[in-house]
Amino acid sequence: MKYLDRNPLTITALGVSAFLVGCEAPPPETVQTGYRGLAMVQIYNHDRLQASLDANAPPAAIPAAAPGGPKAKDFYKNVQVLGELTVGEFNRLMVAMTTWVAPQQGCTYCHEGTAWELDGNYTKIVSRRMLQMTQDTNANWKDHVAQTGVTCYTCHRGNPVPAKVWVTDPGPRLPSGIAPSGQNTAAKMVAYTSLPYDPFTPFLLQDNDIRIIGDTALPTGNRRSIKQAEWTYGLMMHISDSLGVNCSFCHNSRSFMSWDQSTPQRTTAWYAIRHVRALNNDYVVPLGEVLPATRKGPLGDPYKVYCATCHQGAYKPLYGAPMVKDYPELSAPLPEGGVAALKAKAEAAAPAAQAKVEVQQAPAPAPAPTPAAQPQAAAAPAPAAPAPAPATVEPAAAAQAEPAPAAAPQPQQGQPRLRYPPPGMMQYPPAPLQYPPPPAAR
Amino acid sequence: MAEYQNIFTRVQVREPAYPGVDLPPGSLPRLGKPIFSYWLGKIGDAQVGPIYLGFTGVASLLFGFIAIEIIGFNMAASVNWSPLAFMKNFFWLALEPPPPAYGLTFPPLGDGGWWLIAGFFLTTSIILWWVRTYRRAIALGTGTHVAWAFAAAIFFYLTLGFIRPILMGSWGEAVPFGIFPHLDWTAAISIRYGNFYYNPFHALSIAFLYGSAVLFAMHGGTILAVSRYGGDREIDQITDRGTAAERAQLLWRWTMGFNASMESIHRWAWWFAVLVVITAGIGILLTGTVVENWYLWAVKHGVAPPYPSELTIQDPNLVSGVSQ
Repeated sequence: MKYLDRNPLTITALGVSAFLVGCEAPPPETVQTGYRGLAMVQIYNHDRLQASLDANAPPAAIPAAAPGGPKAKDFYKNVQVLGELTVGEFNRLMVAMTTWVAPQQGCTYCHEGTAWELDGNYTKIVSRRMLQMTQDTNANWKDHVAQTGVTCYTCHRGNPVPAKVWVTDPGPRLPSGIAPSGQNTAAKMVAYTSLPYDPFTPFLLQDNDIRIIGDTALPTGNRRSIKQAEWTYGLMMHISDSLGVNCSFCHNSRSFMSWDQSTPQRTTAWYAIRHVRALNNDYVVPLGEVLPATRKGPLGDPYKVYCATCHQGAYKPLYGAPMVKDYPELSAPLPEGGVAALKAKAEAAAPAAQAKVEVQQAPAPAPAPTPAAQPQAAAAPAPAAPAPAPATVEPAAAAQAEPAPAAAPQPQQGQPRLRYPPPGMMQYPPAPLQYPPPPAAR
Repeated sequence: MAEYQNIFTRVQVREPAYPGVDLPPGSLPRLGKPIFSYWLGKIGDAQVGPIYLGFTGVASLLFGFIAIEIIGFNMAASVNWSPLAFMKNFFWLALEPPPPAYGLTFPPLGDGGWWLIAGFFLTTSIILWWVRTYRRAIALGTGTHVAWAFAAAIFFYLTLGFIRPILMGSWGEAVPFGIFPHLDWTAAISIRYGNFYYNPFHALSIAFLYGSAVLFAMHGGTILAVSRYGGDREIDQITDRGTAAERAQLLWRWTMGFNASMESIHRWAWWFAVLVVITAGIGILLTGTVVENWYLWAVKHGVAPPYPSELTIQDPNLVSGVSQ
């Protein structure tokens, strides 16, 4: 007691230090990933990393089917995607899909009893399209998924709907006359910052400019605004959060825009953004026709894909477990001859491919067995930079003339509707006199 | 003798409250009946009040109140007037400046117009308060150093919300009113303009900011240390240097070779504090108007060193030629 009386300051200081140190026990581990002195590090908390490792373990593969036998398309009716498989391979995949996607509900989650061929359930139509999506992903998006590939389990993890999906966020209800800004609420989607809470609609559904930083030392007409930067920032927060990584996993934070200082992972992420955008536009949104309202958001758009859908906190989904190698029928659209033909094709391309896959995570564009990689991305050219709205034209009115991003039911009259991006937010500010006009899209 | 006027004053004098010298004729009155606070007396003067607001003070508070109300009601409107959502999201809420597409035009009220109006009222309030600090200084027959230091801060405030947006041709460049939103804006402007770390005026501002803290600690520590010799009577010691001043100055001469004088230390501190916001304002003024990317600017001028890169990658936008 006497000691306490004499040294209250010391005791307090010791107590505060002990408390602060206690908050970080065990201390996080820092792993250097780049040149020294550049803060190119990843920070890991052991407990959380272990929890993530446990949560992202792949299931054991089902033993391969016995070779031979009739083809599924000859044995079953109405087999549109997997018809070239043998019946054994086909049934093995059906069992695997059931455990991956609908372990509780079983076969009848998609099928109508034992009338296997009927397409009455929307789930069957969706799962067929998802199979095509998986094959397309594994065959044509190797820049993103590499040889590891994806299976149904990568996203579904035993759930009929993947645990992490997104819909266009209509934002909070607003009184009339208040234009939605699309930001400034406590939003988990962007790691509880006040950044725009739905950066997905503009970037993972539409293809607005993600790049905002000027690439010249002095101004040369880059009119992208600080507000626009916040949308990009929001998307980046989501990527960081979904992959369980810091900014420096892809970027050298001294210059976020510099490719020559970024890590190879940034290339993967670049393809990933285009891949996810293509998945949403080519596969998910069209399925909105058959999906019921329980699989849609408040604006009537279906649950869509973003980084967290597959990654779920891991820098590689399931920490890179190569599940596809056990299910080769998912690795590409099946050619005539089924899995055997796929294997023969892969072997023919193997010598060239092996030269490229040595570096882990290298963005090396492996020679795809099927030509025309990324047809989706190529088919979506950037729209010309929106011209600055003349002062006489109200930007909101200009934006209304544009086609709505997704088929969404109109909310009741009088309620301001949040459009993505909010009118005027992604547009370039009119250039002051001394500046050249806004640039065309780079 | 009891110790007097250290940070925790051990002796409190209770006299009849001192109302101050008579105000000139025509002045508004001083407000409030003076009270004595034992706890405030621990850290300063125990007498609280009266306060003189005068015309500018009343007008400043009025304008400031209107600004806060506009901001607060817009925040409440942005959560559809829900008190619960307002409380829950308070630190996230903001009154945003207009979207950039409006340029420097006056947008609809609900789409940034209120931001301009709130900015007008807040700026008027701040400037009126500046007039007040200036005129109180004159009325008391003192110098106007405090007013000019405050003016430096106002310069920075105007740079962020008024001068630079005009130079850039868009109100959307300005800072939102909101707790987290203005912090996110701070991060966003640095990212957008290629990393403020390489903005030399940003660096200067930080140096002066930290320097101010160091000077404050050095000066406060020195004066407290020599108050036993009457060093707390700093103004006396300027003109009538006694053993307190001698000892204080010798301390620094012996520890670092150079010492400020009893007077100049206050000029050091004043300039350090004022230069924090002056250099910051210059840094903001140059951003986007004169310099587009501070990192590339620093590379161009040999400020940012190159580092070896083990694996140089290329922009896939250039490689594959698809849209970004």
